[in-house]
Amino acid sequence: MSEETVNIEGAVCALPLPHVEQIVMGHGAGGRMSHQLIQKAFVSAFQNPALQAGDDAAMLQPVPGMQLSISTDSHVVTPLFFPGGDIGRLAVCGTVNDVAMLGAKPLYLTAGFILEEGLEMSTLQRIITSMQMAAQEANVQIVAGDTKVVQKGKADGLYITTAGVGLIPTGTNISGAQAKPDDVIILSGSIGDHGIAVLGARGELGFQSTIQSDVAPLNHLIEAMLDASKNIHVLRDPTRGGLATTLNEIATQSNVGIMLDERTLPVHPEVSAACEMLGFDPLYIANEGKLVAMVAREDTESVLRAMRATRYGEDAVIIGEVTAEPRGRVLLKTSLGSTRVVDMLAGEMLPRIC
Amino acid sequence: MCLAVPGKIVEIYELGGLKMARVDFGGIFRETCLEYVPEAQVGEYCVIHVGFAISLLDEKDAMESLELLRQISDLEEELGTEVAS
Amino acid sequence: MKYVNEYRDAELVHGVIAEIRRTVTRPWTLMEICGGQTHAIVRHGIDQLLPPEIELVHGPGCPVCVTPLELIDKALAIAASPSVIFCSYGDMLRVPGSGRDLFSIKAQGGDVRVVYSPLDAVKLAQQNPDKQVVFFAIGFETTAPPNVMSILQAQRLGLTDYSVLISHVRVPPAIKAILSSPQNRVQGFLLAGHVSAVMGYWEYPPLVDEFKIPMVVTGFEPLDIVQGILKTVQLLEAGKVEVANAYSRAVSFEGNQPAQKTIKQVFQECDRKWRGIGMIPMSGWGLRPEFDAFNAEKRFNVEAIQSEESPLCIAGQILQGMKKPHHCPAFGKSCTPENPLGATMVSSEGACAAYYRYGRIELNQQVEQV
Repeated sequence: MSEETVNIEGAVCALPLPHVEQIVMGHGAGGRMSHQLIQKAFVSAFQNPALQAGDDAAMLQPVPGMQLSISTDSHVVTPLFFPGGDIGRLAVCGTVNDVAMLGAKPLYLTAGFILEEGLEMSTLQRIITSMQMAAQEANVQIVAGDTKVVQKGKADGLYITTAGVGLIPTGTNISGAQAKPDDVIILSGSIGDHGIAVLGARGELGFQSTIQSDVAPLNHLIEAMLDASKNIHVLRDPTRGGLATTLNEIATQSNVGIMLDERTLPVHPEVSAACEMLGFDPLYIANEGKLVAMVAREDTESVLRAMRATRYGEDAVIIGEVTAEPRGRVLLKTSLGSTRVVDMLAGEMLPRIC
Repeated sequence: MCLAVPGKIVEIYELGGLKMARVDFGGIFRETCLEYVPEAQVGEYCVIHVGFAISLLDEKDAMESLELLRQISDLEEELGTEVAS
Repeated sequence: MKYVNEYRDAELVHGVIAEIRRTVTRPWTLMEICGGQTHAIVRHGIDQLLPPEIELVHGPGCPVCVTPLELIDKALAIAASPSVIFCSYGDMLRVPGSGRDLFSIKAQGGDVRVVYSPLDAVKLAQQNPDKQVVFFAIGFETTAPPNVMSILQAQRLGLTDYSVLISHVRVPPAIKAILSSPQNRVQGFLLAGHVSAVMGYWEYPPLVDEFKIPMVVTGFEPLDIVQGILKTVQLLEAGKVEVANAYSRAVSFEGNQPAQKTIKQVFQECDRKWRGIGMIPMSGWGLRPEFDAFNAEKRFNVEAIQSEESPLCIAGQILQGMKKPHHCPAFGKSCTPENPLGATMVSSEGACAAYYRYGRIELNQQVEQV
């Protein structure tokens, strides 16, 4: 079926409508409509040889002597667009970051889309463009994908699942299990921005703010850090569950203790204000463009310097240290000098009245 | 029962027959009902609980008692009193 | 944030603590009866900084925790109804009824929504005339003015699809019940600052006279809390039995008159069951009969449901300050925030949840003081 305007004068047979405005079930059927959607919406945006080859899988060249890092994520955020980003940028950055946290150079991503019947084509286009821009910024290619369409009401607009692959130089041993007592803990910037930005955009709690999500690809920052030090033991991005949950995971994996200093935790005043109002703790709120690193003490200065000279690391600060005891526990020294335990997030964080 | 935070009134208006205000909680803004603190003016601070102002903050009282505490704190420093930490 | 940061000033807080240290000559047991204060004390580690003579016990100050089991079960039944949009403050969602909570109702398809303000529930009623909007109106006195305003507003707007399920509790009868108990160890009370912002503190002198125990209106920031403690200790050491106000920037003796008037217009005192404690006479507020049209208990036919507490849960004794969370055999084992057996573990202001989350007990056992 041609995309040009059809002259229907004198026609006796109803021609199927071109459906260029919205996603309909036919787009997921695998036939011509699907093909056209893929060509026009996806392939033309994610321009690369693998996709243009048109096969069901991408052929990639392995690199001898390198190890692979592979990760996958599903993205179901609502609303689809929020201050500072959208589900597309989130999808690309989320997987780029997960892959990079092992010290890998992320190279290739796949993207699976579940589209809701009735989704505006313009919305899809915006999201795809955002993904391509994020991919370009991260210097990765989206080389394979899939689209399915589900009935209205079954997908919140759209869901995206991404998988990513990267190369880890041999000899790299960065993992949540590698934290060592006396390591210094460095955080790349303020916590709580993404979670509060999305909560505000949802509008259910009725507050307005100018907080922007921090969603960003961190692989270049990590590269700069790895250039500055061979003694980075742990890298992780504190996403759902916040910094507190991430640090607890690492403390358990490495069987070490962690001591944080409350006075050094960077929180935007607006994020702080939102948390006070709702009864939230910034330590538990999601971040999408921050990383925490555990570094051998002697390399602290060089890593900090490298971070502060790189995009997304300008506000890097030391927030604490790894200790031998208590194993598997995260402690916090409050601004008053007392100490308390910082637990993992249990269940969903709910606004309180008490 | 008591999660209430201070907020500054930046605008007062009427909505659905109720006296309402736009309140600044330190960069976060929210619609707040002023029916229980009708005398509150733009620029003043209230204690706000679940979207309602329940009390007007007495700035003079607050400043005075903080100042008093600061003086005591300074005096202790001068006297070399050990502060527990 | 103005009016917040100044009251977290470490130097000023330590100055007041030093004064407490200088003042105290013997052990004193003080009770605070506000979930928000429990939370603040544990979060900032204030009890760690106080001299050992001061023991802080936590009273039944969490409205989420004391909402009676039967009412939670009624809420669950109403929320499960397909024509209902059930609105609640966030922390109620996880409170267990007899085996289920609002989260599980939501998972089964119930339309359960968190609202920040009761006026948001009224908005939902306006926007969904084909549904019944039910608001779970719980709280102490602080939350009563907002809750009643939602009813008056619904009335003003002529809404027939809005009703409230009420579980309001009052502080003075709770204090009386605690002090009347033969096992009472409490020697001084920190009064809930925001309850007092609404109600004033004119209700307390008769209690002070009856039980000969000083009571001090106290705020929520660290500086407010230690000032409240200091004032209470000063009164105790001087043998003075009176009510004092350590939160004067927000609280006056008469309290918020328009709020009290409006509460009286819509609510009347009634007997109220406190989960874990039992019936405290005239300790609650319920809707006056002229507002029956907005009473969810009357609108929905929720039969007397068989309610069953976990036999292991000692929330009642904890709420009365007789036991601490770590005295409970289930604490941290079969009862955790992910799997709470009783309300004090569910609400983040509940003493058990606060103790668990901030690891009070582990700290004492495992870690040297920093």
